[in-house]
Amino acid sequence: MTYEFPDERGHFGDYGGRYVAETLMPALLELEQAYTEARQDPAFQQEFAYYLKNYVGRPSPLYHAKRLSEELGGAQIYLKREDLNHTGAHKVNNTVGQILLARRMGKQRVIAETGAGQHGVATATVAALFGMECDIFMGKEDIRRQALNVFRMKLLGARVHEVTSGTATLKDAMNDALRYWVTHVRDTFYIIGTVAGPHPYPLLVRDFQSVIGEESKQQMAEAVGTLPDVALACIGGGSNAMGLFYPFVKDVGVRLIGVEAAGFGVDTGKHAASISAGAPGVLHGNKTYLLQDDAGQIEHAHSVSAGLDYPGVGPEHAHLNDIGRAEYVSVTDEEALEAFQRLTRVEGIIPALESAHAIAEVFKLAPTMSREQTILVCLSGRGDKDIHTVADAMGVEF
Amino acid sequence: MTRIETVFHDLRQRNQAALIPFLTAGDPDLATTAELIRTLADAGADLIELGFPFSDPMADGPTIQASSERALQAGTTLDKVLQLVTEVRRDCQVPLVLMGYYNPLYRYGVEKFAADAAAAGVDGLLLVDLPPEEAQEVTVCLKQVGIAMITLLAPTTPPERMRRLGMEAEGYIYYVSMTGVTGTQQVEPEAIREAVEQLRGMTDIPVGVGFGITTPEDAAAVGRFADGVVVGSALVRIIEKYGTSNELLPQVRQFIESLKGGLAASR
Repeated sequence: MTYEFPDERGHFGDYGGRYVAETLMPALLELEQAYTEARQDPAFQQEFAYYLKNYVGRPSPLYHAKRLSEELGGAQIYLKREDLNHTGAHKVNNTVGQILLARRMGKQRVIAETGAGQHGVATATVAALFGMECDIFMGKEDIRRQALNVFRMKLLGARVHEVTSGTATLKDAMNDALRYWVTHVRDTFYIIGTVAGPHPYPLLVRDFQSVIGEESKQQMAEAVGTLPDVALACIGGGSNAMGLFYPFVKDVGVRLIGVEAAGFGVDTGKHAASISAGAPGVLHGNKTYLLQDDAGQIEHAHSVSAGLDYPGVGPEHAHLNDIGRAEYVSVTDEEALEAFQRLTRVEGIIPALESAHAIAEVFKLAPTMSREQTILVCLSGRGDKDIHTVADAMGVEF
Repeated sequence: MTRIETVFHDLRQRNQAALIPFLTAGDPDLATTAELIRTLADAGADLIELGFPFSDPMADGPTIQASSERALQAGTTLDKVLQLVTEVRRDCQVPLVLMGYYNPLYRYGVEKFAADAAAAGVDGLLLVDLPPEEAQEVTVCLKQVGIAMITLLAPTTPPERMRRLGMEAEGYIYYVSMTGVTGTQQVEPEAIREAVEQLRGMTDIPVGVGFGITTPEDAAAVGRFADGVVVGSALVRIIEKYGTSNELLPQVRQFIESLKGGLAASR
């Protein structure tokens, strides 16, 4: 198949684009220009590769989860270990790429929004690495849920701004980051954490995260001599999934499955499954699937995992869904919590609650497949940050 | 001539700048908004920007964020805002420009919106997060029904882009006086004078200036060189303070009259 997206105006079919206030338009055009040049500049790509190898610790291993595969009695499960990256998740691949771009553009300060705090930590980390000023926007509710990550960001020298507007979660943190950016746009680089936002962000975040899928493809070839039957990842905004999927998009024999957060269940109204249960709309600079009411007001997302607790999804996922190239399913809080505990016990790997959503789908899918087939799963992050949430859910007090 | 063109034409004849207040429809409730529109027009507003609320107003500061939340709490939808305009139009001919974010309108349906807004008596539309690059569908639908698509320009807009967008503009240009969100900083009139005068050299369309104008003195200073001054957060703060009390309309009238006085003395 041919697949050339986004187009020159940043559209993925009907989705994507650049829906921002005029004040930000010139900054986005400047960013697009700078990225177009960087993308073709071998020196930039070499620098990016250098930091991924020596600072992030790439390539991350591909691990054959034999005990889990055996227990489920079906497909062989391969875990792409993004949890072993520096800072504990896939987020750092993108922040390294964007801060190198910011430096190339001569920007002195960076800002970011964060939900679970993983992207905030990954941004604060690279800001420390390059001695740049860093401001992180985080919802009050998430600051409460993720106190450990807040402290990490402060240790790394970032200022953490508590966001109290709206629902005080990731969506509102992004609103406040955009408000701050519009005020300081001349000297500030906004490091968006997922494959969403105005063009060129969905493109450049996808490119920086594609290292996940590229390495996996090679590692699968080494391990089993062929492509996986399924590539599967969890989806909030969708950056780890896009990074895993993109290098396989043209390999139509590989089923691509994105796992959204169903929260209490998609029919309860308390979930974060934008593709499964949302409708197209415009928010945060792009057109995509959103959780919204009939009047076009954005609805509250809910997920036990702060990193998936967002009422939208990256526009390329919306497009992949509509053209039928990727499938999108959802997993409840309860299923994710169960998967969290089971992977921990069976393989000795404590996954992030986000990644536990992907694992929960594997539990459903693997037994329906043969032992000769393979599922490649992106284990997007480690679960240390979620221990308190899981303990709460299990009724354990410290 | 359209209602918007007539207003700016008449003001130019009298060497006056337009006073353009902004308020959120449905804050504190839609019935009060109807009375407020009549009061604003009666007290000297030349054109009114009527906000329709959105849950995620990314370009607005705390004052208008809170106003949008109150309006949504009161059950305001775009549908009801159009009903409000229909009702107000029975006895009030002040030009009305609907202002807001794209998603509620997208969800309503662009074509249906154009038809219903024209029938209600809407004169213009200003969408904060719909730059010209994404606006083709909306622009085409509005043109068919004679509603002006208002263009926003900012201090960061480069001259070449400013010239191009200025040439395509309709109704008036909304020049954003500073980089930032609404209602958080004071305007510096001399800093924007040059930009407005440059813009004048590029297009005949009137130029309104907004963001950071709160007092009669600010209005006078900006009104010396701009064709219109937009006052938003300062008015919304009065509406927030007096809510549904009897004092609301007299207080609003007094504020608008003072701004109008400032403008009248400025040239």
